[in-house]
Amino acid sequence: MKLSYKWLSKYLELDLEPKDLAEKIERTAVEVDSVTRLDYKLKKIVVGHTLEVTEHPDSDHLHICQVDVGEEEPIQIVCGAPNIAADQDVIVALHGSRIKDNVKIKRSKMRGVPSNGMICALQEIGYPDNVVPKDYADGIYVFPADSHVKPGDSVMEALGMDDDVIDTSVTPNRGDMFSMNGNAHEIAAILDQKANFEVLKVQDEQKSADTLADQIKVEIDEQDVAPVYKLMAIENVKIAPSPFWLQTTLMKAGIRPINNVVDVTNYIMLKYGQPLHAYDLDQLKGQTISVAPAGENVKFTTLDDEKRDLRPEDLVITADGTPIAMAGVMGGMATEVSDQTQNIVIEAAIFDPIKIRKTARYHNLHSEAAMRFERGIDYSSLDDALNEAASLVADFSQGKVMSGVVVGNDTKLNPESITIALARINKILGTSLTSEEVVAIFDRLGFSTELDATKQTFKVTVPVRRWDIHIEADLLEEVARIFGYDNLPVTLPTGDPTIGQLTTEQKLMRASRTVMEGLGLTQAMSYGLTTIAKSQQFVKGDHELVKVDWPMTKDREALRMNLISGLLDDIAYNKARSVENVALYEQGRVFYGNGQAQPEEIEHIAGAITGSMQAKSWNEKEKPVTFFDVKGIVEQYLKNVAVAGEVSYVADHDRQGMHPGRTADVLLDGDVIGFIGQIHPTTAEEFKIKETYVFELNLTKIIHAEKKLQHYDVISKYPAITRDIAILVNKEVSNTEVLNVINETKQKNLIKVELFDVYEGKNLEKGMKSLAYQFTYQDTNDTLQEDAINDEFSKVIKNLEEKLNVTVR
Amino acid sequence: MSLQEKLKELEEKGLQEISVANELSKLNEVRVNFLGKKGPITEVLRGMRDLSKEERPKVGEFANKVRDNLTSKLEERKEELAQAALNKKLAEEAVDVTLPGTPMKQGQPHVIQQIIDNLEDLFLGMGYQVVEGPEVELDRYNFEMLNLPKDHPARDMQDTFYITDEVLMRSQTSPVQARTMEKHDFSKGPLKMISPGVVYRRDTDDATHSHQFHQIEGLVIDKNITMGDLKGTLVTLAKELFGDRFEVRLRPSYFPFTEPSVEADVTCFNCMGKGCSVCKSTGWIEVLGAGMVHPNVLKMAGVDTDVYGGFAFGLGPDRFAMLRYGVDDIRNFYLNDVRFLSQFNKRG
Ligand SMILES: [Zn+2]
Repeated sequence: MKLSYKWLSKYLELDLEPKDLAEKIERTAVEVDSVTRLDYKLKKIVVGHTLEVTEHPDSDHLHICQVDVGEEEPIQIVCGAPNIAADQDVIVALHGSRIKDNVKIKRSKMRGVPSNGMICALQEIGYPDNVVPKDYADGIYVFPADSHVKPGDSVMEALGMDDDVIDTSVTPNRGDMFSMNGNAHEIAAILDQKANFEVLKVQDEQKSADTLADQIKVEIDEQDVAPVYKLMAIENVKIAPSPFWLQTTLMKAGIRPINNVVDVTNYIMLKYGQPLHAYDLDQLKGQTISVAPAGENVKFTTLDDEKRDLRPEDLVITADGTPIAMAGVMGGMATEVSDQTQNIVIEAAIFDPIKIRKTARYHNLHSEAAMRFERGIDYSSLDDALNEAASLVADFSQGKVMSGVVVGNDTKLNPESITIALARINKILGTSLTSEEVVAIFDRLGFSTELDATKQTFKVTVPVRRWDIHIEADLLEEVARIFGYDNLPVTLPTGDPTIGQLTTEQKLMRASRTVMEGLGLTQAMSYGLTTIAKSQQFVKGDHELVKVDWPMTKDREALRMNLISGLLDDIAYNKARSVENVALYEQGRVFYGNGQAQPEEIEHIAGAITGSMQAKSWNEKEKPVTFFDVKGIVEQYLKNVAVAGEVSYVADHDRQGMHPGRTADVLLDGDVIGFIGQIHPTTAEEFKIKETYVFELNLTKIIHAEKKLQHYDVISKYPAITRDIAILVNKEVSNTEVLNVINETKQKNLIKVELFDVYEGKNLEKGMKSLAYQFTYQDTNDTLQEDAINDEFSKVIKNLEEKLNVTVR
Repeated sequence: MSLQEKLKELEEKGLQEISVANELSKLNEVRVNFLGKKGPITEVLRGMRDLSKEERPKVGEFANKVRDNLTSKLEERKEELAQAALNKKLAEEAVDVTLPGTPMKQGQPHVIQQIIDNLEDLFLGMGYQVVEGPEVELDRYNFEMLNLPKDHPARDMQDTFYITDEVLMRSQTSPVQARTMEKHDFSKGPLKMISPGVVYRRDTDDATHSHQFHQIEGLVIDKNITMGDLKGTLVTLAKELFGDRFEVRLRPSYFPFTEPSVEADVTCFNCMGKGCSVCKSTGWIEVLGAGMVHPNVLKMAGVDTDVYGGFAFGLGPDRFAMLRYGVDDIRNFYLNDVRFLSQFNKRG
């Protein structure tokens, strides 16, 4: 809420700087968005009186004005505003003045005619468009007679811009801070003062003999929708602009002045937090007013001239069954107060906050009124607000207040009493307050206390204007914030010790990330929500897709079932920005629907690499990524996390989105835990990426897989002997098949077999390939004899020849 | 010429030749020529037979001296030559040390992950556990058990992706706390936990909004937890995040699951409190929300509010990273531009 420092000063003794007051409000009550001085940097802007206005000889829209600015001689100003005329009090920016945005105004010539300043619109001295009165929206501002301004007066003073506005951001629980009344009480508590809040009543001479109850009735069937509903009326009004002081007050609060009725309702809303609505009484005469849900198929034209389809549950005010307003949100065109209105009726009500909130939200009508109804209304000031409104309208429009208040509902709230113990306050806040100090705090808040001296408890009675306070914790908050959060001690929890330790799962996840980073992959974080197609990509098996009920876009419609598609999006994003070498991994969850309320959430780890593994440099060539680089990463990773089972790689020819000849499933003891391979060129093209290799592993399975224990093998001090062999074998025979034969052959001292060359092509028979292995033999207890090794080695050769039909080269 | 004079002459000649020998082979020649079995010194010594008994040892001694001198000079020269040869080789091997080093391939943890890991470590050190929970949550845990019944206005503050009426993409990580509180056996000691993770909101992605971001929330429930303990914890947390020179200020706020609720501001790191565009001239940066756990939340989790109470706090690593590193667009965290990710490569 925009709080005028000057207005607040009417109720409080403010002897501190506005920014210091704002700081106190922020530290004690609600957040402050800004403190603005309205005349900030404005300079040499004065009231001018137009003595003579003639047309510019060389222009169809410019006027030459002689303006009295309080100096000896009038000054000449050329002005283009359509509404300029003689005998107006206007805003004059003199030569050397500064207007909005610190723009400097200088003497100049306009189409040859000297101009010694500028006549300004309100917008030009800093008012936003939406607060400028309609009459002056497209032209200069003209001071009304009741402003009593004189030429040469400071415009900033005249308009009350010599004021600071503290704009607060009110939390949902502090609806009371949406009124001057609430703010006056709150700031009084903060400053340890008593607020001097003035209430204006209808005076006897303002009353007419006519009784409102003779003209209108209110019947409300569902009491809950409007716990309070009251009407007062003013007759024989003259609709006109409201007094100058009221207009400037509203403009400072960010509200556009309209007329002497609407402005009063807005003023009362600011002062009491009680939204009011004014109807043209003559449109409602003899009818019965009610508040009820709209019901089926109701269309309603609101006063912004929008025809709206109401939801059946939207609350409406009806007159003999016809809707006349969306309760608490916006009035209707038909009963709007117009320039011709003679008699008006003012509604002061409290509506069901939840219903108002839903209506405002659905129709996107977040009016000042709706915002207040949503957060609650002060039951205890409604009568004052209505009464003061009637009095002010009568005063400003020369009308008379009809006798009687027509009441549709009048639920009363009683102040709540809450008991709290001193020990409890100190225990929870960590303070050592005395009962006197606590009583003093409640006193400042205007809460009465009864101290039970023996039990050291307080019975605290909370006034109705603080409807947010119901339980002990609410009182604790009041004590804490008035005592000051700054004054709380700074301690750490004591009590029984606890051990802070990551779980095995968490440790393994962290280790997985570290390993990936060590292998050159950078961690990515992609979106969990994606398209249906991308969610299902690369996924084998029958997994149920999980979708968002009401997606915002097709791009974020489904929960991902794989991480790779997100990583490919990342690679595409990089490629579009000419980053060609990308190596990313991601650790995160995929979601499989399983017929339960919540889907299965499985931790995965995936990687995607495109371009070169090695950045090109003066001493290194580029090294385009291959299938075996990605396989190497997975092998190293599985080695690091020490899965105990047997890892194998089985060609996978039919995983959608993957290259049919360059994809393998990764198996752990025969169970598929993931896959590696090249993205299918067609899929790569769809993603607009180049050749890319990926892997994706089920981290949950890896976490739960049996692990090898860390252990030590004695390192033999005897020399190792190596034997190399190159074999010619059918191309279809895999490395694994060769290794299987080697491993099946019983060899006592063989400690390692390493493939060191693979060759196909020139000089070889078609359909054949050459594989070269190095065998390493070593004994832990003795130096090996050449003969023994030769025996073992020839056994292997014999087996390879027999089982795989190889030729030793 | 006496033998001594002859030896003297030989010595001088030998030394002369040693000093001019500039290759090992030459030096070897000198050695053979002077000290070899057929060399002149041996020859001279053969002539000792003709000397008297008295003179013989003197000449012998002198001859040995000459031989030793030549031998050691030979060695010295050899050493010199070897050193010179090595120096020459080393000079030839010199590289331009200003050429760049070979690029090494190493990945980086994501900047958000770095923040999460840091905070996890801080709280592990203070005896907290790290607890994870489902990202697809029940309305009950995400809202109701956190004192946000169906029609609560604060639900509007965080517009949520629903999957069905009762199932949603969690909009905060607090449901993990509700779940943990419900399961915790308080007879076995206090509950101290943090729950980091990804959360989702129905927000249109732009520079400051993302439909996906991260949260870290903390919760402590025990018998004698005070608001001072909360303040101390937040100060510790702020110091970990920003450093020692920063002040923390608490302001009243509102969260349905805490009462009293506070927001914690930290001295603006950009201007050190003087006021700048980062802090919108306030000198303070809002970094966390916190409060004492609302009794309704405790009751719903089956915790006896007469005995137990506690505090909760939460912060957004994304927002923190944006503030701390001046990242101007939250989408950077999820688009994974390598040039963005690789900037955050400071370890330790
Ligand atoms: Zn700053």
